[in-house]
Amino acid sequence: MSPQHPETAPALVVDNLRKTYGNGVEALKGISLTVQQGDFFALLGPNGAGKSTLIGILSSLVSSTGGDARIFGISVNQQRNEAMKLIGLVPQEINFNQFEKPFDICVNEAGFYGIPRKIAAVRAEKYLKELRLWDKAYHQARELSGGMKRRLMIARAMMNEPRLLILDEPTAGVDIEIRRSMWHFVSGINAAGTTVILTTHYLEEAEQLCRNIAIIDHGTIVEDTTMKRLLAKLDVETFVLDTAEPVSTPPTLDGIALRRVDERTLEAEIARTHDLNSLFAALSAHGITVTSMRNKTNRLEELFVRLVEGGRNGAKEQAA
Amino acid sequence: MSNLSANLVAYRTIARREIVRILRIWTQTLIPPVITITLYFVIFGKLIGGRIGTIEGFTYMQFIVPGMVMMSVINNSYMNISSSFFGAKFQRSVEEMLVAPMSNWVILAGYVTGAVARALAVGVLVLVVALFFTNLHLVHPLIALVSVTLGAIIFALAGFINAMYAKKFDDIALVPTFIITPLTYLGGVFYSIKMMSEPWQTISRANPILYMVNTFRFGVLGISDVSVGPALLVMVGFVIALGVLAVHLLKRGVGLRS
Repeated sequence: MSPQHPETAPALVVDNLRKTYGNGVEALKGISLTVQQGDFFALLGPNGAGKSTLIGILSSLVSSTGGDARIFGISVNQQRNEAMKLIGLVPQEINFNQFEKPFDICVNEAGFYGIPRKIAAVRAEKYLKELRLWDKAYHQARELSGGMKRRLMIARAMMNEPRLLILDEPTAGVDIEIRRSMWHFVSGINAAGTTVILTTHYLEEAEQLCRNIAIIDHGTIVEDTTMKRLLAKLDVETFVLDTAEPVSTPPTLDGIALRRVDERTLEAEIARTHDLNSLFAALSAHGITVTSMRNKTNRLEELFVRLVEGGRNGAKEQAA
Repeated sequence: MSNLSANLVAYRTIARREIVRILRIWTQTLIPPVITITLYFVIFGKLIGGRIGTIEGFTYMQFIVPGMVMMSVINNSYMNISSSFFGAKFQRSVEEMLVAPMSNWVILAGYVTGAVARALAVGVLVLVVALFFTNLHLVHPLIALVSVTLGAIIFALAGFINAMYAKKFDDIALVPTFIITPLTYLGGVFYSIKMMSEPWQTISRANPILYMVNTFRFGVLGISDVSVGPALLVMVGFVIALGVLAVHLLKRGVGLRS
């Protein structure tokens, strides 16, 4: 890869990155992807797909066995320290000293990046307040709830005001209210210009927040596209319909597969080309009144399962 | 901000964090060694030592004080850095430093500074306690300071390397139990090797702690079983060798990066 100027280079370029661990496990099989500046990028994949290995390499905690990654044009392999100045990392596991206080954790983090204590103290107050942790700033970190600990890791990652923020499952095990407040914060810093890479198992989170997406499975990228294009691939959606009156036998409708779940619930599988008005009209014509409707599964979740399972079935066929 | 000044800020951050930690848990870090050494002074110095007579013109109590100080310094330096750095590995908070854009020597220097600070603080406390039992005046204060500091640095570096390789807490307890304690007790803390017959005198000279104890004793009392100049040079050599090894291991990420 030729060097690029940090102001114009993509936020991240991963080029044929490989990692084989000492025990022979090939976690990354030569993956390549690009994340543009200012993007909100989802990196999805099942457990053990290679996401954490990739993030480990980007943050220099894991050494690659081939290829390279450039952060704003700066090689992680060749100019580690320069590249690390530009990123903030929120890891999957809690990794701060539980006996320290959130304020000290943040100020020390800034110190590791060479930021003087006075500036660090101002930033610590700012980010702890923004993440609603200021009232706990001088409590021991072990006294914080799980959600607070996750927010503290975000505050800590912001101390060097990174141009690229990597969030590795930041909302795992966090209740919906705190999750939404975290989305709000991260969306805000993305709107202010920080590029964000998010890995998550909550696919509605990725669908709601991210503009571009890569899906990784068994160490290879199985999809790398925009969220819009990916969702457009979903040709069929399944809706769950609650009915006002019991339905004993669902009617047969043209172009819509209708299934009875229980006496007041139907499932309708409908092609994206088919409009919903015709569904309601057909049901009304059969005397069925729909009181509420919802997607059976998240749209991205359906695609994700299809892509990952498709990849596995393909691999099985090849092996056979 | 230049890389050097950023590294200095990072160094101060690690050193400060270590010293704050030592002071926060002072009942675990500073008081226990002082109590242990006080018991040594009471039992060996006063009760038994009173019957031993003099060694090279000094009471037994005066003779063992430098060795006791050096023993405390060595143990506390080693224990501080090995438990603190392994604790950071265990809690994964070490990743904060590994991800940050600082040089490897900064991590090492910050932890060594913390260990040396605790070791010297304990050494001073032990010396103050000793003054309640006997009279002392430093014959060569600079040699005393240099030798005790070098001893603290050597064992801090050794403790750091041990913590890098350690996979569980037991691994950092093995070296003090099976190596440091026997070498310290056989390193001339309680006796002069001149009191031993051959081949034990010669065998004792292979013990590096003997040189540390005796150079410090020379600084305090003006007597030594070994030549002080070469001993100091060997200690400096150990500091360089262990320092280079520790930075090399950090660069390779032994026990830290996968």
